[in-house]
Amino acid sequence: MVEMAGTKAFVKSLELEGVKHVFGLPGGVVIPLFDEILNGGFRFILARHEQGAAHMADGYARATGGVGVCLATSGPGATNLVTGVATANIDSSAVVAFTGQVTRAVIGTDAFQEVDIIGCSASVTKYNMQVRKASEIPRAVKTAFQIASTGRKGAVLVDLPKDVTTDVEDVTFPETVKLRGYHPNYQPDRREVEWAATLLAKAQRPVLVAGGGVINSGSTRELVALSEYLMAPTAITLMGKGAFPADHPLSLGLCGMHGTQAANNIVPEADVLLIVGARLSDRTTGAVKSFAPNAKVIHLDIDRSEIDKNVETVTHILGDASLALRGLLYNVSKLRAGGDVGNQWGKKVTEFRCQMNGNGNGHKEGYLRAPDVVRALRKTLPREAIVTTEVGQCQMWAALHYDAYDPRTFFTSGGLGTMGWGFPAAIGVKAAKPDVPVVDIAGDGSFGMTENSMATSVEEELPVIVVVLNNQMLGMVAQWQRLFFGHRYSAVKLKGNPDMVKLAEAYGAEGVRVDTLEAFEAAVRRAVKSDVSTVIDVPIDPEENVYPIVPPGAGLKDALLEA
Amino acid sequence: MNERHVVAFLVENRPGVLFNISNLFRRKNFNIHSITAGTVLDDDTVRITIVVQADSRGVNQVVEQLDKMVDVVEVKRLDPLRTVNRELALVKLTTTDPMAREEALKLVNDYHGLILNIEPDNLITEVTGESEEIDAFLEAVKPIGVEEVSRTGVTAIEKGRLRLEKGEY
Repeated sequence: MVEMAGTKAFVKSLELEGVKHVFGLPGGVVIPLFDEILNGGFRFILARHEQGAAHMADGYARATGGVGVCLATSGPGATNLVTGVATANIDSSAVVAFTGQVTRAVIGTDAFQEVDIIGCSASVTKYNMQVRKASEIPRAVKTAFQIASTGRKGAVLVDLPKDVTTDVEDVTFPETVKLRGYHPNYQPDRREVEWAATLLAKAQRPVLVAGGGVINSGSTRELVALSEYLMAPTAITLMGKGAFPADHPLSLGLCGMHGTQAANNIVPEADVLLIVGARLSDRTTGAVKSFAPNAKVIHLDIDRSEIDKNVETVTHILGDASLALRGLLYNVSKLRAGGDVGNQWGKKVTEFRCQMNGNGNGHKEGYLRAPDVVRALRKTLPREAIVTTEVGQCQMWAALHYDAYDPRTFFTSGGLGTMGWGFPAAIGVKAAKPDVPVVDIAGDGSFGMTENSMATSVEEELPVIVVVLNNQMLGMVAQWQRLFFGHRYSAVKLKGNPDMVKLAEAYGAEGVRVDTLEAFEAAVRRAVKSDVSTVIDVPIDPEENVYPIVPPGAGLKDALLEA
Repeated sequence: MNERHVVAFLVENRPGVLFNISNLFRRKNFNIHSITAGTVLDDDTVRITIVVQADSRGVNQVVEQLDKMVDVVEVKRLDPLRTVNRELALVKLTTTDPMAREEALKLVNDYHGLILNIEPDNLITEVTGESEEIDAFLEAVKPIGVEEVSRTGVTAIEKGRLRLEKGEY
């Protein structure tokens, strides 16, 4: 037991968790904490808005597979974090957010910059807590990291009243924390695995769907092995980008509202459908009744509450995906030989794959087509490059046309769909992976929401590349208004947006506008080598749609392919 | 099909837990019919009993999500056939008519209730039983004159060797 101030206990606790980077912004009640942070054995990265700090921590967590940490002051600082915390939590990203709070004595009096952040964040965190005593800080930090990073990962918020951080008390640093009500389950049940294996072994038209859980559990190798053994074509959800190599012959690509033709037509054909680490949101399934009408659905997930939530299953496996997939492969191999079962399902699928993506037409001369830009980006970047996306059309073009070959090379705000996520997240990724090119595939609408993160990128020397697919529109809303609302535009035109090149230059970054693919590729190659961030402004047709699109409420097979 | 379900919890005794639990029911748009809470053998644990009106599948889903909550040690939907449900009601009856007072005493007796307080113009009774029994008692004393009612909501415990906590006491 050592006597020390709460601030010291806090910084020491972070060091004990192995924290290397903290993203945040100071304010009144956290001044004592920030004073102590100067002595911390980690790098503090100053954001320009707390939302950006939370997204940076989120990007950092996804890139490393570890925990991302952010820190903000009370009141507005804390509420600004909430969007970022919610984004991380729904995408199962391990983020620990610390917020300052007013002094204990004035909590509940509507004191200056007081917000009940515990109440505010309750439904968008995996866990939250307010620390009541300085001596409890180490245990709170330990608990937060443990909960955020185990089981189904998520966001944890810890609220620190000012006097709790300044009090001097006897402090001990626990090595582990035992929580009675928290038992993340990793070991799959043997009988569940055997039963699922029996169904898979008998399947004539097996299909696999891989979600973000495959990435979080690091089970890509096991998934590929099972897919190959069964000759089972494999689709991914948006969060599963990179979970199954896009250049694998059995890869179907993205399934769902903006899924590939291959995935959306083959998934509903399955007679046995194995879902791995996905929560099957409405955007993935389309109309649920036509998602897998003839399939025995097997759901493998670490989170029991996801089973049967949206799609009814015949059986499930609870636990870690890599252990379960290994068990499945072992049991299937005892029941049947590998390869095609004689019905040439694999071959049919491969043929079908050739008629993959709707390309979208109706674009005007003189504009680059967004899918071509995204494909050119993939071609120009090294294999290990990491991509983040903003939200909307740019996100869907990225998901459809950017081939992700490895896990943790493609990150997007899938569940919450937070515009403005991609750019600060890319900065967080860069902090984690300084030697790898990091690119944010953005639209002009999304980029505008967190573009002030450029100041952080420049001063912290965390250069990223922002490709702005610039249609001067809130593109996805505009697309829906064109397709489903009789082409009546309401509040989607962004004519007043700044000149992206000058904007970049104003921050001391580089900006370039391109109107040919050659110029684009050259700009990307230059940007990869640059010491500062680069904004590549790519004007595209404001009327260009993302195809295919499954209209809301329709089944996956009923995608619209062209205008 | 909406029906009543009894869900029982053991939770950590810490601020905000009740809020987080009721918040989850709110998110699913379930109306909580009653909720009771109190510490059990040790002060660290609170046992909560919640009655909700909802469809069965929805309740199962909420139970799974509640089970996920870090501060929820145990949660279980109680099987109505294997559970004893009890509720307590305090009822203040207002009457100065001696005949009505006589009738009130008789009804309290019939429902195995107690008289807790007597004043010249009113009396306070306590009745325990299943919710339906209390409903029936209230219906019966209505003509006498009910001034005020306070019900605790259902608390429940499973029959036989079933119990909420898996570990040892």
